[in-house]
Amino acid sequence: MALFSKQNKEVFTNPLNVDHPILGQVLGICSALAVTSQLKPAIVMGLAVTVITAFSNVIISIIRNTIPNRIRIVVQLVVVAALVTIVSQILKAFAYDVSVQLSVYVGLIITNCILMGRLEAFAMQNKPWPSFLDGVGNGLGYAMILVIVGAARELLGRGSLLGFQIIPDCAYDFGYMNNGMMTMPAMALILVGCVIWVHRAYFYKEK
Amino acid sequence: MKMNTNSNSYIIIYSAILVVIVAFLLAFVYKALKPMQDANVALDVKKQILYSLNIRNLDGSEAEAKYAEVVKAEKENEDNGQKTYECQIDGKDITVVSLKGMGLWGGISGYLAIDEKGKVYGAYFNHEGETAGLGAEIKDSQAWQEKFIGKQIWDENGNVVLSVVKKVEDAATQVDCVTGATLTSNGVDAMLKDGLKGFQIYAVGRMLETVANTDSTKVVEE
Repeated sequence: MALFSKQNKEVFTNPLNVDHPILGQVLGICSALAVTSQLKPAIVMGLAVTVITAFSNVIISIIRNTIPNRIRIVVQLVVVAALVTIVSQILKAFAYDVSVQLSVYVGLIITNCILMGRLEAFAMQNKPWPSFLDGVGNGLGYAMILVIVGAARELLGRGSLLGFQIIPDCAYDFGYMNNGMMTMPAMALILVGCVIWVHRAYFYKEK
Repeated sequence: MKMNTNSNSYIIIYSAILVVIVAFLLAFVYKALKPMQDANVALDVKKQILYSLNIRNLDGSEAEAKYAEVVKAEKENEDNGQKTYECQIDGKDITVVSLKGMGLWGGISGYLAIDEKGKVYGAYFNHEGETAGLGAEIKDSQAWQEKFIGKQIWDENGNVVLSVVKKVEDAATQVDCVTGATLTSNGVDAMLKDGLKGFQIYAVGRMLETVANTDSTKVVEE
């Protein structure tokens, strides 16, 4: 089978379109709400989840035939937990401020439903390469939403992107105010709702 | 030969091997990255001390250099682990005191810079898990930290009068608490009371003398 056969391409692009992990499968909402108050932690979280889904998918796919069926969830958890711990240690060593900002949510990637969902639904039945693509696709789909929501919340809530001020000072002089509500988790829920609305309106037109 | 992957012995051996491999891997990663993580933590402390001295927006190496230039001596109280840093900025003697307390969801900490007259020169607070937008404002809001600047810390008897309150009645000693974060603000208040009281007992020399002296000078100034 070619590396980028039609089937493999679908495996990679589906989670970015119709079968999106957050929008279509509604997985991983909880952390999407928590880490998106600013853009930078959202990007790092998105990358971390992408790396972890991709590699846990590959590892589970490689050993899928040796895993005893009765303890498969435990094995999946051990693999995911090990990868998450490694990523968390690497963040602490190379991106300390971001790891402080993400605080407990890096550790909580272990319980992210996207991971367990993809391992159980895809990696347990498929070869390593399609599993890798599936992991990257789902991770990027998740990261995409984090970036959209994170950018909207930081822009409207703090008037900046990645810490740089976007809204000019003169706008504040004319009475523009940052919306403090945007920095709270509840607004992330509403924004994710809006994105799901757009997604459904686009992909489910015919019905 | 196809192995029976559901037999009990296979499951036990499989999980034992898996766990041992993972344990070795994690131990290796932890050991390999530990020195870098320690360096990051140490740098973060230095940055926080500089924040309390109103020196912000420095990156790693700049902060390191500035810290070495400003901070002259570091002392630790052996009873409670509280640290003081003697600093010099623009010819002024500033003392930075480390503080530890409890917020709403977890520990809070901070650094308070005190000038020669026993007034606040600058403040920086940190937290472990306060709510973003509410309790976390004690760390995120520079404007709130700047409200502390210039406040009187002790009265003439040496009692801590610096406080965080809901309704400011005495602007010389009180700071308005963070809206929506009363419990975290109370935690900051308690942390100040506690940390600055302990501070007097062991570092009296330089600080309390100056507090006593300011009474006369204050009258003259007014």
